[in-house]
Amino acid sequence: MTATITPESRDAGAARSGDEHGMAGGPRPGRTRRRPTFGGLASSTFLWIYAAISIAPLLLMLSNSLRTTQDMAKQPLGLPLPPNFTSYQKAWVTASFDTYFFNSIFVTVASVLLSTAVSLLAAYAFARTRSKWFTALEGLFLSGLMLPVYLAILPLFFLLDSLGMVSNLWSLILVYGALGIPFSTFVLASFFRQLPMELDEAARLDGAGPFQTFWRVHLPLVRPAIATVIVFRFVPVWNDFFYPLILIRDQSSYTLPVGITRFFGEYQTDWATLFAGLTLATIPLVVLFLLATKQIVSGLTAGMSK
Amino acid sequence: MSAITVPKVRRRRVTTGVTLSRRAGMVFVLPALLLFAVFIAYPLLTALSYSFFDWTGILRGDFTGLENYVKLFTTLPYSEDIPNAFLHNILLFIGAMVFQNTVGLGLATLLHRRARFKRFFQTMYTLPYLVSPLVIGYLWSLMLSPLFGPVNAVLRAIGLGELAQPWLGNPQTAIWVVVIVTAWQWIGFPVLLYGAALGGIPEEIDEAASLDGATSWQRFRSITLPMLVPAIGTVSVLTFIGAMEAFPIPYALGGSQGNPAGATDVLSLLFYRTAFESGSSNAIGTSSAIATLLFLFIFGISMLITALMRRAERKLF
Repeated sequence: MTATITPESRDAGAARSGDEHGMAGGPRPGRTRRRPTFGGLASSTFLWIYAAISIAPLLLMLSNSLRTTQDMAKQPLGLPLPPNFTSYQKAWVTASFDTYFFNSIFVTVASVLLSTAVSLLAAYAFARTRSKWFTALEGLFLSGLMLPVYLAILPLFFLLDSLGMVSNLWSLILVYGALGIPFSTFVLASFFRQLPMELDEAARLDGAGPFQTFWRVHLPLVRPAIATVIVFRFVPVWNDFFYPLILIRDQSSYTLPVGITRFFGEYQTDWATLFAGLTLATIPLVVLFLLATKQIVSGLTAGMSK
Repeated sequence: MSAITVPKVRRRRVTTGVTLSRRAGMVFVLPALLLFAVFIAYPLLTALSYSFFDWTGILRGDFTGLENYVKLFTTLPYSEDIPNAFLHNILLFIGAMVFQNTVGLGLATLLHRRARFKRFFQTMYTLPYLVSPLVIGYLWSLMLSPLFGPVNAVLRAIGLGELAQPWLGNPQTAIWVVVIVTAWQWIGFPVLLYGAALGGIPEEIDEAASLDGATSWQRFRSITLPMLVPAIGTVSVLTFIGAMEAFPIPYALGGSQGNPAGATDVLSLLFYRTAFESGSSNAIGTSSAIATLLFLFIFGISMLITALMRRAERKLF
């Protein structure tokens, strides 16, 4: 398995407008359509309809979080006019979303930094050594992309239990840190491989040691890849439900997803608060996405090739 | 959930060489290796061994060979629960595949041909994919609620009131809700991936074929489709793994019991219930057997899909 991610392909998902490939002299004949044709109209309609299907439930979640439960019972399809923010206060304070939220932030940030740091070092070694041991090790890491590793939860639970770490947020950080290695190593190694060897030789002639070369020469050059890895690992870690469900027994250490399951049992009839809680859990991701669409798109379209 | 094919545009000259001594390399790899070995490799290998022992609580008893596996298929409730849950995983896979390779590919093709609002549409389609599946599951459970759920309200509003029903209370409809919600959430992924693959097809080929008088269907069949095979393969493998690992959406829609009446049960839920909620003294042995079977199945079929796609690629070119 060799990776082929090129700096160009980071934008593979980015817009390719029809006249981007034309001559400098203007749009290519036959590519740009001035008059809307029937086909163009049909395709636009389909794109818009599916965009509505895709986003409507999320908008409904937001809109209902700003309404009262009585209002929802009376008019299931009403609008949040005027918006009412009391449910947010209730979810945040009474339903301890503040605790869950900060636990989630702490775990996600720490574990993503951990997996990115160790993967950077490992990826650099994979890109700059040549021996069957390193190749085998890289293959081992990559296998983590394909294997259902969550099935190892029982021994993991016993291991953490014997270390006295059940319900400790650091147990999640270490586990997520390890789970991030396959993807992060994979993306970063393919980037390091594209940096010319002359860089290393020049640095060595200047008297830099291996770590200095890595730190001062390579690290600044793979910044875009680091951004992709950080952003892209943030999403699954933030959303993960399975590991905290099993490894966190103590309510004060719940992360958002586990907090939500508990909260749904408690507030069954308090719809407004439920919607507010779901929205709170989603806001950081939407913000992240709007700030880093490019990294997310390239993360989604980065990957394995034959 | 994050291994995808980048369509090859050009083979870049990848620098290979050695600038790092083996000793320095080991030092660099060590932190990642430690983390990976302790929290992934060791538990995974141990987990497979658990299934060959008899357990009493958390104490490991005698080596019993394949007995735990035999029990899965011969004793209730497992002999009924496993096929039932497995069928639902397969439905999830088929449902998602059909949806992604028709609607998803369609959307990607339409987006590929247009310049306006492209990024906007990509964002719209990708947002549900980024939201926690647990949140998505709970959100739909509220939307489909029989009393005040907006879905039934919409049906009544457009005069289809007789279709309104307790979607998640009815065993006939509940599993389809899980399938549709899962497929709906995942759609952004094939849209982006197929979009990237389509972007990697040199337009000159298409134009040359069209000058040679190839119809648009012929162009799709002989140019676009073969170029898309790697992406289709990636989508298939990842959709398969995702469908077999499905857990949060069924959990949110049907609880850990797979309500109503096991209609939304899937293998991961069954594994979770057996390990943590069954109260059986051999919970660890039994659930590890389920996990091992699931593991082997996912691994085997993923390899098979990959191999099939490679063959398809050779044939089509």
